[in-house]
Amino acid sequence: MAEVLVYVDHVDGAVRKPTLELLTLARRIGEPVAVALGNGAADTAAVLAEHGAVKVLTAEAPEFAEYLVVPKVDALQAAFDAVSPAAVLLSSSAEAKEIAARLAVRIGSGIITDAVDLEAGDQGPVATQSAFAASYTTKSRVSKGVPVITVKPNSAPVEPAAAAGAVEALAVSFSAQATGTKVLSRTPRESTGRPELTEAAIVVSGGRGVNGAENFGIIEALADSLGAAVGASRAAVDAGWYPHTNQVGQTGKSVSPQLYIANGISGAIQHRAGMQTSKTIVAVNKDAEAPIFDLVDYGVVGDLFDVVPQLTEEINTRKG
Amino acid sequence: MSLRIVVTVKYVPDATGDRHFADDLTLDREDVDGLLSELDEYAVEQALQIAEAADDAEVTVLTVGPEDAKDALRKALSMGADKAVHVEDDDLHGTDALGTSLVLAKAVEETGYDLVISGMASTDGTMGVVPALLAERLGVPQVTLLSQVSVEGGVVRGRRDGDSASEELEASLPAVVSVTDQSGEARYPSFKGIMAAKKKPVKSLDLDDLGIDADEVGLAGAWTAVDSATERPARTAGTIVKDEGEGGKQLAEFLAGQKFI
Ligand SMILES: Cc1cc2nc3c(=O)[nH]c(=O)nc-3n(C[C@H](O)[C@H](O)[C@H](O)COP(=O)(O)OP(=O)(O)OC[C@H]3O[C@@H](n4cnc5c(N)ncnc54)[C@H](O)[C@@H]3O)c2cc1C
Ligand SMILES: Nc1ncnc2c1ncn2[C@@H]1O[C@H](COP(=O)(O)O)[C@@H](O)[C@H]1O
Repeated sequence: MAEVLVYVDHVDGAVRKPTLELLTLARRIGEPVAVALGNGAADTAAVLAEHGAVKVLTAEAPEFAEYLVVPKVDALQAAFDAVSPAAVLLSSSAEAKEIAARLAVRIGSGIITDAVDLEAGDQGPVATQSAFAASYTTKSRVSKGVPVITVKPNSAPVEPAAAAGAVEALAVSFSAQATGTKVLSRTPRESTGRPELTEAAIVVSGGRGVNGAENFGIIEALADSLGAAVGASRAAVDAGWYPHTNQVGQTGKSVSPQLYIANGISGAIQHRAGMQTSKTIVAVNKDAEAPIFDLVDYGVVGDLFDVVPQLTEEINTRKG
Repeated sequence: MSLRIVVTVKYVPDATGDRHFADDLTLDREDVDGLLSELDEYAVEQALQIAEAADDAEVTVLTVGPEDAKDALRKALSMGADKAVHVEDDDLHGTDALGTSLVLAKAVEETGYDLVISGMASTDGTMGVVPALLAERLGVPQVTLLSQVSVEGGVVRGRRDGDSASEELEASLPAVVSVTDQSGEARYPSFKGIMAAKKKPVKSLDLDDLGIDADEVGLAGAWTAVDSATERPARTAGTIVKDEGEGGKQLAEFLAGQKFI
């Protein structure tokens, strides 16, 4: 059976959920061979094996952290040369898309980004994507070279599937370009204790209607009652009420949760681009004409300062 | 010597318009107005600021696109860029990201550059990969997705606000940079700027000029194929209630019914 290279997204050995989703998709096409780079790479093996990785290729070197993107491309290319896979899969983070792009040029292949589904086809894997702020669904293939495909988080279930997960050290020689862009310093984000926005099953967002940084506590309280991540519209971010890392939309994060709750958000096309593929959509907005109501499964026309606290209280009561 | 900055700008269909696919599954440019991608305005702005801070600099805006893409170049020129390059060729119709980066790389080399500045993503394709592709093809450092950028003494520095960390980056020129919409508001063209833009040079290049074979680009040469595009069915109308004092409770009831609580 053909092997499929899966690029592992991990933090010091802790594998992030989108990588496990990728393994589910990879198994539809072939046998997953994982590639884990950087600090703690070998620690990823146990979890990857439980989810179907037949092999885990690992490399640790200071270059992965000290220089931008290219050292990882060099390593992924080394894995590609060693394995000769039928496809290369990565999850759609900003960095992984750049890694994928550069690898594609090097191996003379086409690239598909932000797939929301993947199936085996007669002419290689078929990727489903959404286009024009999710108003279209397309099916595409890579027609030249070995498909390089990035997949959006929350596009497939995580499924246990025991496999060997044998760890093998990957020999990497860095290219002349590897040290081109130096990372002078890195300031990690403070953890909020809430789920990662792109990975969360539920996202609760606030927009201009929240009307002030101090009022975002209402949104956070609702999020916490549901174990959800907090999102924000660009209007709320530009006003300085919430960090840009939480922005949902075209120039923020693209989310696809089971449930999206938009509070005081009008539903501009650039916001919809980042949330329209959510399974269930709920909105609270005092303007009955707000475009967000065209998308909702359930909408409340009302003042969020009344509706949201009541909802939070009701959820907390029901939870007991 | 003068600092040569090339800004890559894309002509895109208005995102607030009704965007469609044409019969050959490429972008339908007929029914929607086109414009300079809003996200590339940020790239033009940063290029102008870097040029203003340098002793001697020249800003060239570059686009690969159909005839109408001149509008995007004019807009960038009216913001203050010095000159423009338009790569235009019938054989480019349907070119994908890999092909576009090939054409951009050749055109950038032909123009001469110390610094390439791109937007974070195009508002139609939204892939966000062209700057990385371009850096790979040119064999120069990529310093991408910057929310802040400066150039001094042949070195570019910038801040990249990533998912898990904020990084300070540095590379020697020549380099490829991309900037986000957090990098600072783009200026509006002044009346004087608009008038001046009419006299600024726009150079046209075709595939021959760049030494690119027609079969390396276009729909037939693309590295990817779109097999189908279907309009997403309108979402079935949801339930909308007006809050009469129980809106939060009603919403909780709905969420409980959907097993979210
Ligand atoms: C290139 C580009 C990229 C962009 N990228 C993004 C992006 O990534 N993400 C994004 O979100 N936007 C993005 N935008 C901006 C987008 O066009 C909208 O301006 C933005 O989404 C509006 O945010 P909003 O819905 O919070 O504000 P508004 O449009 O002002 O809507 C606020 C809503 O709150 C309601 N409201 C007010 N008070 C209350 C109350 N007390 N109770 C209930 N409801 C209330 C109002 O009725 C209104 O519908 C982008 C724009 C451009 C040009
Ligand atoms: N046809 C094009 N002409 C000029 N620049 C482009 C073109 N396509 C993409 N770019 C540049 O690449 C950036 C990212 O585009 P993309 O990877 O398509 O999302 C854009 O913001 C532009 O700066």
